[in-house]
Amino acid sequence: MGGVVSDGWLLARVLRTPGNALGLDAAGWTALIAIARAEQIIGTLASRLDGLKLPGDVARILDDARASAAQGQVAALWEVEMARRALAPLGEAVVLLKGSAFAAAGLRAGEGRSIGDLDILVPRARIDAVEAALLAAGWEWVKPNPYDDAYYRQWMHELPPLIHRDRDRMIDVHHTILPLTARITPDAVSLLASSVAVGPGVRMLAPNDVIVHAAAHLFADGDLAGGMRNLWDVHCLVDQFGTTGLDQRAAHHGLAKEVARSLRLAAALYGDGAKLTPGDHVYLRRLTARDSWGRPTRQVTRLGFYVRSHWLRMPPSMLAKHLWTKWRAKPD
Amino acid sequence: MRHVFSVRIGPVGFRVGSTWRTPIEQLEALYANYPRPEVPDFSVRLFPARPWRQFIRPSVTIGGDFMLPDALPLPLAQGLLAAEMGMNLQMALGQRRYLLLHASVVERDGKALLMSGISGAGKSTLSALLSARGWRFMGDEFALIDPETGLLHAFPRLVSLKNAAIDVVTNALPDARFGPLLAGTPKGDIRHLVPDASAVAAMDTPVPPALLLFPSYGFEADERLVPLSEVFVRLTQASTNYVALGERGFDALARLVKTVPARAIDYPDTDSAVKQIEKLWAAL
Repeated sequence: MGGVVSDGWLLARVLRTPGNALGLDAAGWTALIAIARAEQIIGTLASRLDGLKLPGDVARILDDARASAAQGQVAALWEVEMARRALAPLGEAVVLLKGSAFAAAGLRAGEGRSIGDLDILVPRARIDAVEAALLAAGWEWVKPNPYDDAYYRQWMHELPPLIHRDRDRMIDVHHTILPLTARITPDAVSLLASSVAVGPGVRMLAPNDVIVHAAAHLFADGDLAGGMRNLWDVHCLVDQFGTTGLDQRAAHHGLAKEVARSLRLAAALYGDGAKLTPGDHVYLRRLTARDSWGRPTRQVTRLGFYVRSHWLRMPPSMLAKHLWTKWRAKPD
Repeated sequence: MRHVFSVRIGPVGFRVGSTWRTPIEQLEALYANYPRPEVPDFSVRLFPARPWRQFIRPSVTIGGDFMLPDALPLPLAQGLLAAEMGMNLQMALGQRRYLLLHASVVERDGKALLMSGISGAGKSTLSALLSARGWRFMGDEFALIDPETGLLHAFPRLVSLKNAAIDVVTNALPDARFGPLLAGTPKGDIRHLVPDASAVAAMDTPVPPALLLFPSYGFEADERLVPLSEVFVRLTQASTNYVALGERGFDALARLVKTVPARAIDYPDTDSAVKQIEKLWAAL
């Protein structure tokens, strides 16, 4: 592994087989660190490479990344506890999504993972009560713009983001895992009913549903930003829990295609490979679009996926109206 | 990136990539005596916000591993400042090994003096003037405290002199090397001073802190003891990564506050300040 290819594949190969990193020269390490930071996966990289004999500078940088991720998890789990306390009087357990769920449950996917906002899932019927309880406990609105606020409430799968006034941490309160405007409607009631306890008053989705959620987020909603990290999650979950019943579960939520694709791409990046479709190659091209400075590359491919994300999110006439409103509201 | 420069400042390595040659040339000249890192801790990128801004009214956007979403671009004439701000930004947002305090640091007899204060308090100026009087310059922007040892690590990047301080320091250090005068920056006129050879030669030697000063410029000469609680709160505000370090940050700061005496000093002019500081130091 010289310094020839420096895109997301460099990161993927090292995450897959940490020993691959030992052949890197200084330029290769520099690129690897920049790409891992840009993909917000450097803590995971650091925990994968823990115990290997690394060059001095690299060992120090990765030690810091590991310590930083560990502290990040302490803070994230404290946010979980704060949310649990706020919602306990309602009789609602906190159902965790994404990073904080992995950390709370001590999953392999959580090792070294950076955790941003706290994402929770609540029954749609209780969303007003949950919102009121969080506001009473010190969370505040982030988006004062009335259009954005109304848009979230009418069409999104989550409340407009809230931020805590003392701790400066965001919480995203979801009532399902895809926007209401998307063509696919996952079974949110069943997501909650199948959730599993990870501690007193704290739950997370069942393993198969976690994979379904990751696939929904990647391939039926977003523009693939953070995709390398999301597929690492998928890879670790499959590794730890297997895929028994996953196909049926994915079909139940209407996400069979998306889940199958996420399994193929996770295997291509981090596992033993998979038989890829021509479309998969385009996804991989987008997912690994970074240069040796961590900069986004392949702008045309990126733009294509950005446009696609909006296309998936809402019907064309609504998209046109939304983009028109957003364009008119632009400050310059 | 087309033009690249790497430098190690104290324990921290940087690489700076730039679309333009000029800022890199200036960095190469001013940091000529510094070592190069093997693998840098942080990357800084200087690039045009839009492709045509490389040529037409060229304007430098500051990016890197860690970025502020709304950082204002600078004109190319201030590209050196952009590079310095980019390095500071990586430290402020990304440094997790050391507790960072916004302070200048100088050393004498193997012990460190920290000076913390608001912008305009004279941190940079006083550290440069003390270096002209035999103190070792350890940094004018960040004090790096190792939570494991409590020692201060030097971070002697270019000294950033602003406005009236430029003439004061040029007169005090006639033989020193300076960068170009950057007029009309968002912080007024700026000129960078190259730390002297001894500051660079000794930058890998950490030292224990011995005195903490909070200087204020523009008042009758005066000094007062600062209570521990006030020192602690002031320093949490002066730290860019106290919260991110969690318990390690708290322990490091508590240890500093409990073991190092602190004084606030008011001074009417720099001559007076230097006398006040050296008197306090002698009385330790």
